[in-house]
Amino acid sequence: MWRDATLVAGRDLRVEARSRVTAHQVVPFALLVLVLFAFALDPDRGILERATPGLYWMTVLFSALAALARSAALEEADGVRDAVRLSALEPAGVFAGKALAVAVELVALEVVLGAAVVVLYGAEPAGIGLLAATAAAATVAVASAGTLYAALVSGLRARETLLPLLLLPVLAPVLIGATRAFESALADDPVAGWPWCGLLAAFAFVYSVAGALAYGTLLEGT
Amino acid sequence: MEPVVHLRDAVALLGRFPALAGIDLDVARGDVVLLRGPNGAGKTTVLRALAGLVPVVRGEAWVLGHDLRADPRPVRRRVGLLSHATGLFEDLTVDDNVTFWGRATRAADADVEAALAVVGLSGPRRHVPVARLSAGQRRRTSLACLLVRRPELWLLDEPHAGLDGTARDLLDGLVRQAVEEGATVVLSSHELERAEALAHRVVTLDGGTNAGGDPVPAPPAGARSLGSVPPSEVSHVA
Repeated sequence: MWRDATLVAGRDLRVEARSRVTAHQVVPFALLVLVLFAFALDPDRGILERATPGLYWMTVLFSALAALARSAALEEADGVRDAVRLSALEPAGVFAGKALAVAVELVALEVVLGAAVVVLYGAEPAGIGLLAATAAAATVAVASAGTLYAALVSGLRARETLLPLLLLPVLAPVLIGATRAFESALADDPVAGWPWCGLLAAFAFVYSVAGALAYGTLLEGT
Repeated sequence: MEPVVHLRDAVALLGRFPALAGIDLDVARGDVVLLRGPNGAGKTTVLRALAGLVPVVRGEAWVLGHDLRADPRPVRRRVGLLSHATGLFEDLTVDDNVTFWGRATRAADADVEAALAVVGLSGPRRHVPVARLSAGQRRRTSLACLLVRRPELWLLDEPHAGLDGTARDLLDGLVRQAVEEGATVVLSSHELERAEALAHRVVTLDGGTNAGGDPVPAPPAGARSLGSVPPSEVSHVA
C-alpha cells in the first residue's frame, strides 16, 4: 500500500510542479483572503489580533477546497478512473497518496500564511511545539477528510458546489480545535491547547482509516 | 482448450438501462475477433464488460478463467484496454505518464523504455507534456501504456481512430506480434477493411445483442497465424 501511496503522491505533486496551480492560484487566493480580513477588521486592531487563529484556519480551509478540487479533477480526467481500476494500484494506497500530496501542498500553504499573519496581523509566534503539532494534525485531518469527500462527490454533475457544502460542516471540528489550540499557543498557555490537538489527531486518524477502507468502494461506485 | 472469453446471454446495465441485452461470445486464446455494428450496438460496452469495468448482471461472463460476475478484479490486471479515453495526465510528459502507468502495473522500467521505443516516442518527444501532443501522438502514448502492461487479452475500441497510415501499420503489426506471442484480441472498428484484415472472425452486434440472434460459432481450436487466414474464413454472426 505504501509503495502505491508514494507513487500516487509523487505523480500528483509532479502534476502540481508542472502546472503550478497551487503556487500561482491557491496561494495568491489565500493571501488575498487574509488581506481582505485585515481590511475588514483593521479599524479595531485588537479584534484582528484576537481573531488571528480563526482567520488563519478559515483561510486554510477555504484554500484547501481549491487544492482538493484540483486533486479530485486529476482522477476524473479522460479515462484515468478506468486506468486506475485496471491497474495493480491498491485503492487504499491511491487514497493515501492523494491525501499525502494534498497535505504537502497544505503545509507549504500554511507556512506562507503563517508568515503572512506575522507581517499583516502582527502575530507573535509562541508555543512552537503546539503550533507545529496542531498544524500537522489539522493538515492530515483536512487532507484525509477532503480526499474522501472529493471521491464521494466525483462523478456528480454538481461536484464543484457539492464538495464545499458537504465538507465544510464535517471540518467544523477541525476549525474549532485548530483555532483553540493556536489561541492557547499564541497566548503562551500550551497546556490548555494540547487536548484540542488530541481531538485533531483523533479526527485525522478516523478519517484516514475510513478513507483507506472506503476508497475502493467509491472508486467502483462513482 | 478453455476459452479466453465466454459470454452467454450476458446482460449489462449502464445506470438503469440495459446496454447489453444478452450477448453470446466465445474467444479462444490467440484468436482475433472483430466486433462490428452500428453506433449504439454495444461494441464498447462489450469491451468494457470484458475488462471488468461494466458489471454483467445476468448470464455467464468468464474471462481468462475468472467469473466476472463473482469478482472482476483478477481479470483487470491481465487485460489491456485501448479506447478513446486516453487515461493520460495532460500536465505530465509522455515519459512521466508511461512510467507512472508502468509502475502502477508493476512493470519494470526497462519495459517502459521498450514500449516508448516501439511506439516511436523514445526520442526528445518523450519529454513533451501530453497537452502539447497531437491526437495521434496521444494515441501512441496510450498504446505505450498498454504495451507496458503486457496484457494477455487486448481490448481495442476503435484503435485506428486518430492515427495516420504509419501509426496504423504500427498498431496492426503490434497486434499481430502480440497474437504470435500468445495474446488474444477483441476489437471494434468502423474501419472494416483494415480491421477485417486483422481479424480471424467477425461478430456483428445490434441493439446490445448478437445481430440475428444466431448462436456464436465455436471458436477456433488454437492460435492461428493472422496472415494465413483468408477473408473467406471470416465468419459473420448475422
